[in-house]
Amino acid sequence: MMTAATHMTLAEARDALKAKKISSVELTQAHLDAIAKHNPALNAYVHHTAEIALAQAKAADAKLARGEAGLLEGIPIGVKDLFCTKGVGSQAASHILDGFKPEYESTVTSKLFNEGAVMLGKLNMDEFAMGSANITSHYGHCINPWKSKTAPEKQLVPGGSSGGSSAAVAARLCFMATGTDTGGSIRQPAAFTGIVGIKPTYGRVSRWGVIAFASSLDQAGPMTRSVRDAAISLAAVSGHDPKDSTSATLDVPNFEAALGQGVRGLKVGIPREYRMEGTHPEILAAWDKGVAILKAAGAEIVDVSLPHTKYALPTYYIIAPAEASSNLARYDGVRFGLRVSEEGDSLDDLYEKTRAAGFGAEVKRRILIGTYVLSAGYYDAYYKKAQRVRALIAQDFKTAFEACDVLLTPTAPSDAFAIGDNSQDPVAMYLNDVFTIPASLAGLPAMSLPIGLSSNGLPLGLQLIGRSFDEATVLNAADVIEREVGTLAPEGY
Amino acid sequence: MALTDKDVKKIAKLARIRLSEAEVTHYAGEINGILKWIEQLQEVNTEGVAPLASVSQQALPWRADVVSDGNIRDAVLKNAPMQNYGCFAVPKVIE
Repeated sequence: MMTAATHMTLAEARDALKAKKISSVELTQAHLDAIAKHNPALNAYVHHTAEIALAQAKAADAKLARGEAGLLEGIPIGVKDLFCTKGVGSQAASHILDGFKPEYESTVTSKLFNEGAVMLGKLNMDEFAMGSANITSHYGHCINPWKSKTAPEKQLVPGGSSGGSSAAVAARLCFMATGTDTGGSIRQPAAFTGIVGIKPTYGRVSRWGVIAFASSLDQAGPMTRSVRDAAISLAAVSGHDPKDSTSATLDVPNFEAALGQGVRGLKVGIPREYRMEGTHPEILAAWDKGVAILKAAGAEIVDVSLPHTKYALPTYYIIAPAEASSNLARYDGVRFGLRVSEEGDSLDDLYEKTRAAGFGAEVKRRILIGTYVLSAGYYDAYYKKAQRVRALIAQDFKTAFEACDVLLTPTAPSDAFAIGDNSQDPVAMYLNDVFTIPASLAGLPAMSLPIGLSSNGLPLGLQLIGRSFDEATVLNAADVIEREVGTLAPEGY
Repeated sequence: MALTDKDVKKIAKLARIRLSEAEVTHYAGEINGILKWIEQLQEVNTEGVAPLASVSQQALPWRADVVSDGNIRDAVLKNAPMQNYGCFAVPKVIE
């Protein structure tokens, strides 16, 4: 019974709770037991909040008994360390935020708690969400619960930056985890661990209380084991928030009700520029499989062009570091977190020593690049130029969506790689996000869902990209694919 | 145009990150590699294209100019590495 409890989907758990077949305290304890058993090897959870979880579970059981259930009443979840949680460590997996316990609650976690969610703990990630492999965390690497058939001795990365979230959901250490996505940080880890992850439209989910990386790109979203679970969770975290000036004042549709409508007549665009030279044949085969499923279900497949695709990565690696260098200026050893200074040091010494000791190598490199591209004399050549190319990339999508309703592409150029691979050359690591970054720059909703296994026995993901604020179409098309291919789970959890 | 060690030191000073000589050389190499890769943007014709700073489709919202929060000094100071007399404390800045 207890093993099976963690194996349910979020939707099944919700229905079991409502039907009083299980209590939230039982569900929560089953997850805490699973975390105790598996987390030492995976390093997915970096802060454990069992006491909070059990108290929230008791409260949820009381509400369920009174018939007052919220959307996620009694559902155990994990929270990425990037979200500020009141009185609970929130470090963005960085040494520089040592000991920081926010005095406030992020809008996303507030909404989740209002809907009855139970917080099991905070999840590992790349430092300040900068990375694609969860190997830049101050808490150490997070490990993918999947093993390669061809090299089972190797530890694989869970993707990044939301690597703790993807590993925890895949290993059934929570029903849902919050993720954040700046250039692919929800979608690529979802693909690497065989789960579902949706980056909503920029503005759909409030950024208030989410530790900022690149403010014009950052969006929070749910990571789950099924499309329905993603739809339920997205509805819980979406909506206007006056505390985020970019939060959209639009009504939130019933995303779960959008599922199951089929794709007959839906125009699915296949962007030809995503068929890049050197892409692994298995990735292309997985993509073709997705196309065939949607076509068989009655969708019309349309060839479209996104001509500036190849410029998205270099554009991103100007804009994101520029915004990061500005956002991360606040970590100065004065108001919170780490302080490094000795007797007789000046204030400048304090700043420089604190930031030298507190930031990891990847974060430092991005701050340095960002500072450079924003500095006098280079601003126009780099930053302004990147903003102009970003406008062209956004226009490409607008044009494509005149001919189609949703785009289907691969999520990542490979299956999960081993720790240590791709880490010598920063540009090689950045290429992981080649398929996810364009939609981020255009602010469009995009999700990854599993399509099957590679010849290594590892999950592969497909990405669906929708029109602005049309998450419903994205989720509905994903639901059609999921009904055909099913969901995935690693062995041993 | 390649960044020299001297350029990296200047950027690091602007960013208030102290680097060792070895780190300066290391970052100069990495950053030059990334900048060289980024150079490909120069081949894109962006004449007459307005820079896109935000994809948000709505105008920045206005609110009434009234106090909406406050009287939480202790909460604000709670995470400070050092505080004195209800203020953040830093090393002496005036000789």
